[in-house]
Amino acid sequence: MTVVATFLGADWQTVADAFGLGGIYALMAVGIGLVFGVLRLVNFAYGQLVMAGAYSLAFAYERGWPVWVGILLCFGVVIVLSAAMDWVVFRPLRSQSPAVMLVATFAVAFLLQSIALLWFKPLGKVAASLSSLNQPWTIGGVDIRKISVVAILVAAGCLVALVVLLGRTSVGLHMRAAALDFRTARLLGVRANRVISAAVLVSGLLAATVAVLLTVQTPLVTPDFALRDTILVLAGVVLGGMNRLVPATLGGFAIGFAAGFLGGALPTDQSQYLPSFLFAAVILVLLIRPAGLFTRSGQQAVERV
Amino acid sequence: MRHTRAALELLAPAVLVVAVALFGTLVSASTETYVITTLVNVAIVVALYVFIGNSGVLSFGHISFVAVGAWTAGILSMPRSEKPAIMPNLAGFLRDTTVGNVPSLALAAAVGAVFALIVGLPLMRLSGLAAGIATFGVLEITHNVLRYWEKIGPGLNTFSAVPETTGLLQAAVGALIAIAVAFLYQRSRYGRMLRATREDAAAARAVGVSVYGQRLLAFALSGALAALAGGLYVHLLPVNAEELYLDLTFITLAMLVIGGVTSLWGAVVGAVVVSAVDSFLAEAENGVHVLGGTLDFPAGTRIVVVGALMAFVLIVRPSGLTGGRELPLPKALVRSLLTKFSA
Repeated sequence: MTVVATFLGADWQTVADAFGLGGIYALMAVGIGLVFGVLRLVNFAYGQLVMAGAYSLAFAYERGWPVWVGILLCFGVVIVLSAAMDWVVFRPLRSQSPAVMLVATFAVAFLLQSIALLWFKPLGKVAASLSSLNQPWTIGGVDIRKISVVAILVAAGCLVALVVLLGRTSVGLHMRAAALDFRTARLLGVRANRVISAAVLVSGLLAATVAVLLTVQTPLVTPDFALRDTILVLAGVVLGGMNRLVPATLGGFAIGFAAGFLGGALPTDQSQYLPSFLFAAVILVLLIRPAGLFTRSGQQAVERV
Repeated sequence: MRHTRAALELLAPAVLVVAVALFGTLVSASTETYVITTLVNVAIVVALYVFIGNSGVLSFGHISFVAVGAWTAGILSMPRSEKPAIMPNLAGFLRDTTVGNVPSLALAAAVGAVFALIVGLPLMRLSGLAAGIATFGVLEITHNVLRYWEKIGPGLNTFSAVPETTGLLQAAVGALIAIAVAFLYQRSRYGRMLRATREDAAAARAVGVSVYGQRLLAFALSGALAALAGGLYVHLLPVNAEELYLDLTFITLAMLVIGGVTSLWGAVVGAVVVSAVDSFLAEAENGVHVLGGTLDFPAGTRIVVVGALMAFVLIVRPSGLTGGRELPLPKALVRSLLTKFSA
C-alpha cells in the first residue's frame, strides 16, 4: 500500500503528463478505429501519415513560414497522401482477406518510412513552431503543460464530432451501414466509394491533427517518427475493442496513459520492460475478451477461425 | 506415380538451393557473404512457410524465434574466455558452458521449438487479425526482453567472438534441412490436416481435425526451423537484438508473400529472388560498377524497392510469383518422367 501511495502521491506531475500522451494516443485511436470500422482495414501505415505531416511542419518551420501556413501544408500533405494510399493500394486489395490487407499496410509503412529516410536523411529535422504550447500552467505545484490540455480537449472534441457525424448525419448512416455489411449497403443504394472516401478523408484529417500535436510533444522529426506510437496505439485499439469507435478510443487513451504514467513513475531498470508488460496485457485481453475491454459482453467478437 | 511427383516437389527447391550455393563458390569473397545470407534467408522463409503457408494464419512473431535461436547458439558456442568481456552479467550456468558448432545449432532448434510451443499454447486459439496482433506482441516482448536482460545474453551488445562457422556449406545444409523438414511435414497427414483447416476450418473440424492442435504442431515445428536459421545467422555475422526485429520481419514476410505464401517452392523462390535484389541494392548503396557506369544509390533504397515490389505483387498477383503452387514442370517432361518411373 505504501508503495502505491508514494507511487501516486509523489507524482501528480507524471499523471498530468500521462494525460497528455493519452489524449494524443486517443486521437490516433479514433483515426485507426474509424478506418477499421468502415474498411475492415488495420492500417499499420497510419503512423507514416503522421510522419509525413510532421515533416511538412518541419519544412515550413525551417523556412520561417507563419504557423498557420505550416499547419495548412501539413493538412494538405497528409490528406493527399492518405487519399493516394487508398487509391493505389487499398482499393485494389479491397476484396482480399484482412490478413493480406494487414501485410499490405505493413509494406506501405516500410515503404513510406524508407522514402522519408532517403529524402530527409536519418538525422531528423526540427518542427518547433508551436513550442509555446509546451509552457506549463502551474496549479498547486504541478506543472500542467498546455499541450496536455489541448490534446485532451482536441481528442474529446474530435470524438464527439465523429459520434455526431456517425449517428446524426446521412453520411454517417451510410458509413455505419457499409461497416456492418458492405455488399447489402451497396444494394440498398449506399454509394460505397463516396463513403470510403469520406472515411479516408476524416482519418487523414485526424492524422494531420495528431502530427501537429505530436510535434509539440517531440519536436525532432525523424523517419521513424510516430512508428512506436502507432504500434502502441494499435495494441491499445485492440485492447479497447476494435469494432466500435468509443471503446477503441478509450483503449488508445488507456495505453497512452499507462505508457506515460508507468514510464515516468517506474525506475529505469523496470520501465525498460514496459513494452513487454503492455503487449502481454494486449495478448491477455485478446485471449480472454477478444471483443475488447471496453465493450459490453454480447457484442460481436473479433473475427474468429 | 504419386511418389515421382512428390519427389519433384522436393527436388525443385533443393536444386535451386544447391545452384545458389554453387554460384557462391564462383564469386568473390564479398559477394559470397551475400550468397550465404541468401541461403540463411531461405531457411527463415521456409520456417515461416511451414506455419503461415500451411495454416493460413498470419504470424509477425517468427523473427522472435530466430532471435531466440541466435541467442542460444551464440551464447553456447562463444569461447569461455570471451564471455566476460561481452556478457559480463551472464548467469553462471551459461557462463561456464561452451559447446561446439553442431550441438549449438541443434540446441538452438530445440529451444526454439519449446519456446514456440509455450507461446503457441495460448496463441493458437486466435486467428485472422487477432493472431496478427498477438504474434506482433510476441515479437515486441521477445525483442524487449533480449535487449535488456543481460543475464541471458549480451543485451545491447553485439554477438562478436562467436565462431564464424556458417560458410556456404553449412548455410546450404541448413537450408536443405529446412526444406526437407517442410516437405516431409506438408506430405504427412498432419500437414494435410492443417491445410484442410486452412481451406475450410469448419469442414475440417466437422471431420474430426483439431484446428488448435494442428496449428500448435506446425507453430512449434516452424519455431524450431526459425531458431535453427537464427543459429546459422549468429554463426555468420555478429548480430544484435536490433537486427533481429522489425526490418527482418518485414523483409522475410515480403519474401514469402512475393514468392507465394502457399507453396514450398514459392517460399524458396521468394527468398532467393528478393535476397538477390536486396544484395544487389545493398552493394549499389556503396557504389557498384555496371556496364561501364557507376551506380550509386543512397542508403535506404533497398527497403523502398522491396516494399514497392511487395505492394506491387500483392496488388497485381496476390498469390505470389509462383502463384502459390509447387513448380509447374513442362507437361511433356512430367509425362515422360511419370511413364518412365511408374512402369
